[in-house]
Amino acid sequence: MVDVYNVKALDYGSAGDASATIKRKLKQLGVDSTILRRIAVASYEVELNLIIHSLGGTLTLKMSPTEILLVSDDIGPGIPDIEKALQEGFSTASEEARNLGFGAGMGLPNMKRNADEFSIESASGAGTHIRMRFQLQ
Amino acid sequence: MTISEIIKILDARVLCGENDLEQEVYTACGSDLMSDVLAFVKDKTVLITGLTNVHVIRTAEMLDIHCIVFARGKVPGEEVLEEARELGIVVLTTRHTTYTTCGLLYQMGIRGNNECVAKTE
Repeated sequence: MVDVYNVKALDYGSAGDASATIKRKLKQLGVDSTILRRIAVASYEVELNLIIHSLGGTLTLKMSPTEILLVSDDIGPGIPDIEKALQEGFSTASEEARNLGFGAGMGLPNMKRNADEFSIESASGAGTHIRMRFQLQ
Repeated sequence: MTISEIIKILDARVLCGENDLEQEVYTACGSDLMSDVLAFVKDKTVLITGLTNVHVIRTAEMLDIHCIVFARGKVPGEEVLEEARELGIVVLTTRHTTYTTCGLLYQMGIRGNNECVAKTE
């Protein structure tokens, strides 16, 4: 099963809508609550990143009996230095995002910590592609 | 400790979730930065914050946080409480500051998440 959610740039009011839908759906499917919380946190972080940093993109949920895949694709503007972006505390978030309680530079490290497998591809001027895999026991 | 006991310790007022006050709380987290909350909370926890926007509720939903305490007498807007009601989250408000609120709960045996300690070492 594959679900695709569109996430608009700077649409702070919708932040969490896709992740809440994903969490409820996986809960209904009987995903273990500890794994579900990890998926929900990673999903919310990546959704927030799409809103705060990207020019818009999609969040794709792929479900199988053995694993959950979360894939984020955006249309830019890309990350110039991925290594730096993966450091805890490094942030380029706007004042608006910070006022809402986000943009502390924890997003990417937190996705990496919660996913069983995490990969990111990006370049300045291009889109960013993030893939997270969660093993179901 | 139950949410009822927390209400007594903090002299708190219930803003929503009146019927769920006998739920247990094991740990606490005090922060206005939802980014930090998302990074550190791992178990069912009471969240103490001074931030009153709807993102506090959404963050709580992702983490299965079942009780939120707004410090310094803050009361969020009705739309925020409505979202908390729908999700079955208990929301309290206390006149104490975030610091004092955390201190009072710590004194009564509620601890933070161990991972927070590990990350600052």
